[in-house]
Amino acid sequence: MGEGGLLFQAFVFLAAAVVAVPIASRLGLGSVLGYLIAGVAIGPFGFGFIGNDAQDLLHFAEFGVVMMLFVIGLELQPALLWRLRGTLLGMGGLQVAGTTAVAVGIGLAVGQTWQVSLAIGLILSLSSTAIVLQSLAERGYMKTDAGQRAFAVLLFQDMAVIPMLAILPLLATAAVVGGETGHGAGGWLDSLPAWLRALVVLGAVALVIVGGRFVVQPLFRTIARTRLREVFTAAALLLMIGIALLMNLVGLSPALGTFLAGVVLATSEFRHELESDIEPFKGLLLGLFFLAVGASIDFALVGNEAMTVGALVASLVLLKAAVLFVLGRVFRMGLDQNLLFTMALAQGGEFGFVLLSYAGQNAVLPAQTASVLVAAIALSMAITPLLLVLYERVLVPRVGTRPTAQREADEIHDESSVIIAGFGQFGSTIGRLLRAQGIRPVVLEYDSDRVELLRRLGLDVHYGDASRLDLLHSAGIEKARVLVIALGDDAKTLALAHVVHERYPHVRILARAVTRPAVFELMQAGIPDVYRDTLDTALRVGEDALAALGTPRHHAHRLAQAFRRHDERHVRDLAATKLEWGTYVDRVRGNIRALEADLAREFGDAAEPIRDSAWDSSTLRAEAAARDRDASPSSKPTTHAQN
Amino acid sequence: MNLRRVLVLFAHPALHRSRVHRAMLRAAREVQGITTHDLYQTYPDFDIDVSHEQGLLLTHDVVVCQHPFYWYSTPPLIKQWEDLVLEHGWAYGRDGKALHGKTWMHAISAGGREEAYRADGHNRFTVSQLLAPLEQTARLCGMQWRAPFVVHGTHLLSDHEVAQHAAEYAQLLAGLRDG
Repeated sequence: MGEGGLLFQAFVFLAAAVVAVPIASRLGLGSVLGYLIAGVAIGPFGFGFIGNDAQDLLHFAEFGVVMMLFVIGLELQPALLWRLRGTLLGMGGLQVAGTTAVAVGIGLAVGQTWQVSLAIGLILSLSSTAIVLQSLAERGYMKTDAGQRAFAVLLFQDMAVIPMLAILPLLATAAVVGGETGHGAGGWLDSLPAWLRALVVLGAVALVIVGGRFVVQPLFRTIARTRLREVFTAAALLLMIGIALLMNLVGLSPALGTFLAGVVLATSEFRHELESDIEPFKGLLLGLFFLAVGASIDFALVGNEAMTVGALVASLVLLKAAVLFVLGRVFRMGLDQNLLFTMALAQGGEFGFVLLSYAGQNAVLPAQTASVLVAAIALSMAITPLLLVLYERVLVPRVGTRPTAQREADEIHDESSVIIAGFGQFGSTIGRLLRAQGIRPVVLEYDSDRVELLRRLGLDVHYGDASRLDLLHSAGIEKARVLVIALGDDAKTLALAHVVHERYPHVRILARAVTRPAVFELMQAGIPDVYRDTLDTALRVGEDALAALGTPRHHAHRLAQAFRRHDERHVRDLAATKLEWGTYVDRVRGNIRALEADLAREFGDAAEPIRDSAWDSSTLRAEAAARDRDASPSSKPTTHAQN
Repeated sequence: MNLRRVLVLFAHPALHRSRVHRAMLRAAREVQGITTHDLYQTYPDFDIDVSHEQGLLLTHDVVVCQHPFYWYSTPPLIKQWEDLVLEHGWAYGRDGKALHGKTWMHAISAGGREEAYRADGHNRFTVSQLLAPLEQTARLCGMQWRAPFVVHGTHLLSDHEVAQHAAEYAQLLAGLRDG
């Protein structure tokens, strides 16, 4: 890679990203466009910091895509996959088939052979998973109908790459030049008979699935027990690279392999932990990938063949958009969602690069055609963020079909709207109560042995230290409405509460506190919902003790209710004023006396006027007696007969 | 012109099951200058904060008690509220004049049609007759009684009709506010 050492390279990449991405985000263009522009700027046609090695860089950075698919796999529980099956096969299949068919038609019309037309059609039918998902997630569109469908279509495309890799060599019209093996099958595999080759490929897939379940999970469990975070991270990276190597060996797409591994691990307790460990690497490598795409746009070629490339980009985007829009209509999407869906997927994809180089190696396409197509795909990818801006600024205001039926907020229980940190006796009781109402909390627990036990009991528990910000992030803290802190360790509770309160002020924190100082500190930090570990149990016992001693049941219950009300007020007052220890003791002593006096006044059968209980009639009796004494027999009957 | 301060005292033990009251409450909340107070939301354990409730009453001129018509009466939390908040010596009795001159009315939803609430109907009494204990409670506290706002036949209402009733209710509240 270029001049200067590795450090200089890294410096250039990071500097370009750090400058361009915030500016692009600020302008509402999204980070992807920022990376692409940065890539162009440092590329051979910009400042020239990276020269002709952009292709190598692209190759390296594709690992970002591999990681992205792993993370996508992690988020994709089999149940969700099953729910998406209709869209996945229906829309995804029709999209690939439709785009390919139209492209073949055009290719034949302009006089290409059917082989070349089909190859180009297949290659162009793919969209960019990296750009689309990043752009949609950044703008908060992933949960929309369009977002879900776009995701399903992308997933289908990623899977379709495998048969495409198999089909492409069959389309070769010229003899294969040289014995170079590129992205595809490893050389040793070619020497095997076809049936054995298929067996090896299937075996590799089976290895990923079975190994993921029966080797990787126990391994992670063991590593988790050591509580060494970096070892866990190392293990996650090792897994990813190992799978990528295995897939390369048997000629499958590494992205697909890690995707499979992700799906296998999606139901494991390490899902969130893995996600947050991989996330930074994924983010950086994806950024690098976009940079490389920007840098690899061959502007010399674009300049020479401006007309061809321009026409290709325009027809590529229009063709894909037309097919997508028709699909959206067929699948009855609302107009605004359909437009988003159309705009999002109307570009070529990174797997297109892979297929193009593969097609070049197998002499399916002439080198010149391939490089023009690479430029066209890269430009179409660069246009996508602009299309989304167009959608937001121009189309939405015109179409404006916002959902009209008001959905009532209090009836929506998003699956991830509550997180429970700590799942011992305390937390699991809360979890069970929530589940009884159909709410499935995201549960985080740091004791890997307990996690295993709870999962065997059929509970959905994730392993990890809840006070880690990145873990909270992958547990969905941004979308969460409530965080229940049910940890038995006050120091951890405080740390977690502070972080979340500061970073995510929209999340309502309900915190368990074991000791008095923790109660005060939480309240002073601005968290009003603090629950003393033992208060409620103690009051219930107290109430039962009163009843056992002959106090009427309901009276004892009301007394306990009032006790709690007063006591909580006193604690809040105490928390509001920071006190020296000595003053604190005086205040508490004073509060205890005041509370007893309050309760005696409210509930005691004292001679003095009684509050709260209007059920008591002593003042009525007094007034009636007074009226009697006044002798003038009132015409007004006793109205409020009580007692 | 002096606006009157209107308090909607709302009670429904299962609001998520009542489209009529949800619509009415939402409409009420959109009327400027109206205080809505959801009793079941505030006191899920029936532990009513008496001094808070009395304070609310003192700072309002009109109280609209909104609730479903359960067994020809209110949901139990309203009864608890009356028992505890309308104290002798405060709301009634020789020295109980805190509520004198204020206005009290009910806003009710009833499953039965209006024809059912007649002497010759299924329920044998009119809604106003059935509200007699509440009317007398208000009068004993020196408050002016206003005829109730009743949404009849709630089981059979279309969504459109529910919206209409809610709009009427909002209009009524605005009218009470403007005196």
